[in-house]
Amino acid sequence: MSDISPQEWTAILLSIRVAVIATLVSTPIGIGVAWLLARRDFWGKPIIDAIIYLPLVLPPVVTGYLLLLLLGKRGLLGAWLAEHLGIVFAFRWTGAALACGVMSFPLLVRPIRLSIEAVDRRLEQASSTLGASPWKVFATVTLPLALPGVLAGMVLGFAKAIGEFGATITFVSNIPGETQTISSAIYSLIQTPDGDATASRLVMISIGIAVLALIASEWFARRATQRLHGN
Amino acid sequence: MVRAPRDATAARKLIVLRVDVFKQLGEFSIDVAFTSEGRVTGLFGSSGAGKTSLVSMIAGLVQPDRGVIAVDSDVLYDGSAHIHVPPHRRRIGYVFQDARLFPHLSVAQNLDYGRRMNRLTRDPTEETRITEMLDIGHLLDRRPGGLSGGERQRVALGRALLSQPRLLLLDEPMGALDEERKAEILPYLKRLRDAGDVPMVFVSHDADEMRQLATQVVMLKRGRVTAFGGTEILPRIIPAA
Repeated sequence: MSDISPQEWTAILLSIRVAVIATLVSTPIGIGVAWLLARRDFWGKPIIDAIIYLPLVLPPVVTGYLLLLLLGKRGLLGAWLAEHLGIVFAFRWTGAALACGVMSFPLLVRPIRLSIEAVDRRLEQASSTLGASPWKVFATVTLPLALPGVLAGMVLGFAKAIGEFGATITFVSNIPGETQTISSAIYSLIQTPDGDATASRLVMISIGIAVLALIASEWFARRATQRLHGN
Repeated sequence: MVRAPRDATAARKLIVLRVDVFKQLGEFSIDVAFTSEGRVTGLFGSSGAGKTSLVSMIAGLVQPDRGVIAVDSDVLYDGSAHIHVPPHRRRIGYVFQDARLFPHLSVAQNLDYGRRMNRLTRDPTEETRITEMLDIGHLLDRRPGGLSGGERQRVALGRALLSQPRLLLLDEPMGALDEERKAEILPYLKRLRDAGDVPMVFVSHDADEMRQLATQVVMLKRGRVTAFGGTEILPRIIPAA
């Protein structure tokens, strides 16, 4: 594939960067949220639950637009962040990562939550009678035992993030070199006369990335399961 | 944390366990009071007598509705004073009926877990003493998944002991084992009692086991104490269920 143009490379690398950052930042938050939903009962839990899954059922363009209203240059939070902390999401690649993180969050949280729910609470009790504080119970028993689910969540989240289109293009537009991911590049190419060949090359590349991610996740999941239940 | 050397007086140290609790569990309630100074306090009763619930309250895993639980002068639970010391600060070891070894850790890591959690210094002499007493030295590199029921219970026992508890709760440690495997555990429990370094609460529905191990017996029936005393209060013939 020596004929990949610099612009395509930029889009590919940007997609990977956006998806990696989105996944890495979402994962610790996702683990915390998943633990809360799996192990704690608190007032407003159904509301939190619903908000997390909202991006899954809302049209992506709506999520993108809400992000724009909230975090755009004149957004409720965006203006404040820009002024006080110098953080700008609008029309930046960081905004693309944020949009991807939000859109992939439900897919990331769900397997983690299920795997935490599946961890035997009797083992957590045993851990506490051996002197482990709740935090140590989580770090030494719950999290290691839920690891296959965490990896599954990360892979699903990554796959969603790398393919995200609707919310990203609504929130940060389609700027080559800044916010143009593989998806938005393909979209632009399809709109362009004679863009088909390039578009199909990018399509092949995105299929390749997806397949690699799935193979990697299978491998990690198998290793983690072996480690947990190996004799 | 440096541990005092084990001498003869330390080895015979007794504690006073004071339990006076009430807990409603659906239709069933537990209303139990006793004070025990035994080296091995036996909780005896048929299934459904509330033994496990009671032991869980002593460990802090279940909170009573009201009452008091104290070890010596240390109050672990006091309903009226709103004291409920969480399990990890009670220093009470718990050997569960189903062992509950951590499947993702090796036997050696399981044994070392309590020491790590309590930030105790390593004590190789004590580790050797316990692994030898329980005959688990040859299992150290194995994973819990590959152990027999009897081996699992011995590792669970070692794991609880190495966390250096001031009281050890044994909840039917042989309950899930067949007769042959029981014989794999009972001698170790006797050895442990006679070494005398930690007082125990031993839960069982088996009068014969109880007679062999306990020094004091609390008889329970439907959540109430029906008798308290030495092993002579145990029934000679096991009543038909």
